[in-house]
Amino acid sequence: MTTSPNPAPSLEAPRTHYLNAAYGLRSWLFTRDHKRIALLYLVSVSVFFALGGLMAVLIRMELATPDGDLFQPDIYNRLFTMHGVLMIFFFLIPGIPAVLGNFLIPLMIGAKDLAFPRINLLSWYLYTAGGLFTLWALLHGGVDTGWTFYTPLSTNYVNTSVLTVGVGIFIAGFSSILTGLNFVITIHRMRAPGLTWFRLPLFVWGHYATSIIQILGTPVIAITILMIAAERTLHIGFFDPKLGGDPVLFQHLFWFYSHPAVYIMILPAMGVVSELVATFARKPIFGYRFVAFASIGIAVLGFLVWGHHMFVAGESIYAGVVFSVLSMLVAVPSAIKVFNWTATLYKGSISWDTPMLYALGFIGLFTIGGLTGVMLATLGIDAHVHDTYFIIAHFHYIMVGGAIMGYLGGLHFWWPKITGRLYPVFWSKLSALVIFIGFNVTFFPQFILGYLGMPRRYHSYPPEFQVLNVMSSAGATVLGLGYLMPLVYFVWSMRYGPRATANPWGATGLEWQTTSPPPVENFTVRPVVTAPPYTYASAPAGKEAADVG
Amino acid sequence: MSVETHGASDLAHHFDSYEQQKESATLGMWTFLVTEILFFGGLFAAYSLYRSLYPEAFRAASHTLDIRLGALNTAVLIGSSLTMALAVRGGQIGKPKVTFGMLLATLALGSTFLGVKAIEYADKFHHHHVPGALFHFEGPDAVHAQLFFSLYFGMTGLHALHMIIGVAILAGMLRPALRGAWTPRNHNFLEGMGLYWHFVDLVWIFLFPLLYLIGRHH
Amino acid sequence: MPNIPSSPLLPEQASDVARSVDHLMLFALSGLVIFSALIAALVLVFMIRYRRTHEGQVGEDIYETNPKSHVLEIVWSVIPLGLLLILFGWGTRVFFEQNRPPAGAAQYWVTGRQWMWKIQHPNGRREINELHVPMGQAVQLRMISEDVIHDFFVPAFRVHVDVLPTRYTTYWFKANRTGEFHLFCGQYCGTEHSKMVGKVVVMEPRAYEAWLANEPAAGAVPAVASGEQLFVAKSCNTCHRPDSSARAPVLNGLFGTQVTLQDGTKVTANEDYVRESILNPGAKIVQGYQPVMPTFKGQVTEEELIQLVNYVKTLKAPDGGAAEARK
Repeated sequence: MTTSPNPAPSLEAPRTHYLNAAYGLRSWLFTRDHKRIALLYLVSVSVFFALGGLMAVLIRMELATPDGDLFQPDIYNRLFTMHGVLMIFFFLIPGIPAVLGNFLIPLMIGAKDLAFPRINLLSWYLYTAGGLFTLWALLHGGVDTGWTFYTPLSTNYVNTSVLTVGVGIFIAGFSSILTGLNFVITIHRMRAPGLTWFRLPLFVWGHYATSIIQILGTPVIAITILMIAAERTLHIGFFDPKLGGDPVLFQHLFWFYSHPAVYIMILPAMGVVSELVATFARKPIFGYRFVAFASIGIAVLGFLVWGHHMFVAGESIYAGVVFSVLSMLVAVPSAIKVFNWTATLYKGSISWDTPMLYALGFIGLFTIGGLTGVMLATLGIDAHVHDTYFIIAHFHYIMVGGAIMGYLGGLHFWWPKITGRLYPVFWSKLSALVIFIGFNVTFFPQFILGYLGMPRRYHSYPPEFQVLNVMSSAGATVLGLGYLMPLVYFVWSMRYGPRATANPWGATGLEWQTTSPPPVENFTVRPVVTAPPYTYASAPAGKEAADVG
Repeated sequence: MSVETHGASDLAHHFDSYEQQKESATLGMWTFLVTEILFFGGLFAAYSLYRSLYPEAFRAASHTLDIRLGALNTAVLIGSSLTMALAVRGGQIGKPKVTFGMLLATLALGSTFLGVKAIEYADKFHHHHVPGALFHFEGPDAVHAQLFFSLYFGMTGLHALHMIIGVAILAGMLRPALRGAWTPRNHNFLEGMGLYWHFVDLVWIFLFPLLYLIGRHH
Repeated sequence: MPNIPSSPLLPEQASDVARSVDHLMLFALSGLVIFSALIAALVLVFMIRYRRTHEGQVGEDIYETNPKSHVLEIVWSVIPLGLLLILFGWGTRVFFEQNRPPAGAAQYWVTGRQWMWKIQHPNGRREINELHVPMGQAVQLRMISEDVIHDFFVPAFRVHVDVLPTRYTTYWFKANRTGEFHLFCGQYCGTEHSKMVGKVVVMEPRAYEAWLANEPAAGAVPAVASGEQLFVAKSCNTCHRPDSSARAPVLNGLFGTQVTLQDGTKVTANEDYVRESILNPGAKIVQGYQPVMPTFKGQVTEEELIQLVNYVKTLKAPDGGAAEARK
């Protein structure tokens, strides 16, 4: 984005910026600065990611042998349930929006803050409260219903902490709603002069689409949790067959949120990838409007496909047909994005910096995840691989291969802006490679396992499945190491990393027009936008960075 | 949503103008109400499904509700929407006393609604129409009649919870209203509260026919 | 022990439907391989071919300069859409194959509970966690759960169907080879979910007959016969008699017909209707009758319900003459 900052502000590392403007715990816990709140989120989602990851490690250890010999079945069931709950509700859903979105949206649109800074802080407190409830439940044995909480198992047949975890998710849900609301209002009302909708970075479009889902979907899961709670505690029947209810209604309400929730995870990651591809190919995204509208298309269509989780759940086969064709349609905007990113590389000026490697990893893994999703939307295939490891592999390609690659790519890209520091190039490139390899070794065998018929959520399994399971467990070790590497060098760089300039990648975008780290009010001079995003042809190009190796 | 407006200056630091601040607050409130619609939406979906599956049981259960109390409450709420609108008007034209008086009236009507609702609930307890171990219903399909009462308590309970929150906020607004906290230039909070109150009123306008009236002619 | 799969990538194909699913999968898989290879190749070629050679170099915006860009975008939206619709159509055809049993399929009954499968053969023989069937014969399973949601899954037949606590669902297959195949519970159902497994044993029809004949006499009461005993034991027959003075609807010839209810709506008297009318008689009152029947909820098990339903199914219309002799 070309801007006319007049007079040209100094882009030297400032003496006072948002990180050192105030000190002490209070200055963080009561901050209303979106940048500081983003860092609060960064710390908290990392904690939950680590916990969820730890459980994944234990799950893979158990599955290295066919007999359930490491844990008792009820322990194993709690592990995979809590793994799902922590990863989905406390890492993936808040991940990119609440950390990167929070930090960057005001910067990208030239605003001083989000529209409702106090509500933004409230979101973080709600998230933390929800997380504490869930951790408290974890200390009391956790939950063993699966993260899907299917009735009547969850209401009548288990005596684990369903209620506590439900309350935790309920509270965290409101955090998600408020974040989405804040983003929508901010994007509508707080844009800098000249920043029209079609001059917005695609990251902002992705978050706008995400926010729509957060606003429209999350309340439905909230009320569904309340109904579960009423049924469990007060025996007020909604889903219980003994009380005249229909347990499949629960599945409809649950997936009405939880399917679009997948797009809460992936749309922001797509936004990140669009930024990375444009920056590191130094050219505009091929078909900007197509990509922008594809985000909105995914968000809208995403609300019409929930029934594809119930093809074999006693849903009428004609309902299955309708949901199948709608699910096919949602693949089209996703395909458009992949093609447009690829076309952007054509005649680009491509550098192989770390964030770009993550972006390419995203494109590859998301393509496989998306295409296997198309297989699952195909009725005849889903009837066989439903609830097998094929599903597990598919959604990990989307959520881990997609959302987490996007998240890490984004963190590597904006880390210099967030902290004002650079991280080691060699180690970061190595981490991208290790994660990519580890991921594929972990999850690719699971596609085969699934087609062979290994059901998900099995504590023990027939011995002929062992070879592929051992491969998967071995890959998980590599993947785990890959995730530890950024943790180490990011922490290292905060203290020892070389100082970053305002625009180390030579990127366009308003966030690079201010200092690294940005001042409390984001810009010393209110930016005015005069051109579409990614206009590299007229921008002063060239890295200012002094990389370290 | 316009909690941002309190403080030394009533223009928050990150807004450029009062206009921008007001637009943000209004849009924020509307968006919040959209989430509220979907929050109630889950229960409405369950109601529609079960009503279509068990029309007879729902009709029989619906007959036990007191239509007079329901109608009275509808009138009370519509009246309270009027007083709420007048309270907002008082803010717009800068008449703190009007705002105060009308907020007080809204508060009174809202409390009346809750009082009537409490009477209805007590009646349900008395007749063992509360779902649970003690539930008892004279009719052919007691199981699905119980489902009706689950939804009745779920929907009216959630609505009543919104009323209680509304009444509490109204009570907190009385002193600031008298102090003249809302001026023609900035009455975003008052206006947001007005939208909220109308929304809660509107939910009841849907609940009343769905729970009390449909199938009454049989 | 169930057979070890013959190929490391495919489970055994033990039915024609399984072969259809594999063909469909192969088609989808080739699409996946072609598209991901295409994307991967293009990305790698561009990454190397257009690698940044000097600082200050920028990419060339081909989108704005080339008027054909929009055409390109439309092409890569429409082609995938077309392929997706083909896949959808094919997948739907296979799904119908998976879900529509042919006429004349032998009817077996399956009851799922935490954590076992209870199976009843058409002749009344019962087994637990094992299902013996003859090869070449279409088999239809009517399934219900006593507690939570389960799912009947035999990878060799390539079909999953959930087993619900509220109504009967149907699973069907026609095994085309003998052998033992895994039976899994495919829907997470609590602590011992992974132990809710068993096997389907497909036998030569003659061997199956021999196996059935081998049954100890006590258990082999056909569902219909035990249903008739229950019908008497639970005193259903005191009201549901095919004579004019009965206080309850006549059940003879009822099954499969349209029943008019009190409010004028019509329902088909199928297995779910009969089951619901036993458990919750007030839910669907037949026109012209009073809601006087007590509920049998808690007094009959799902297996007994299956027997009663089976018995009601066999009651022929009075003019058929078969039922008049009874009572």
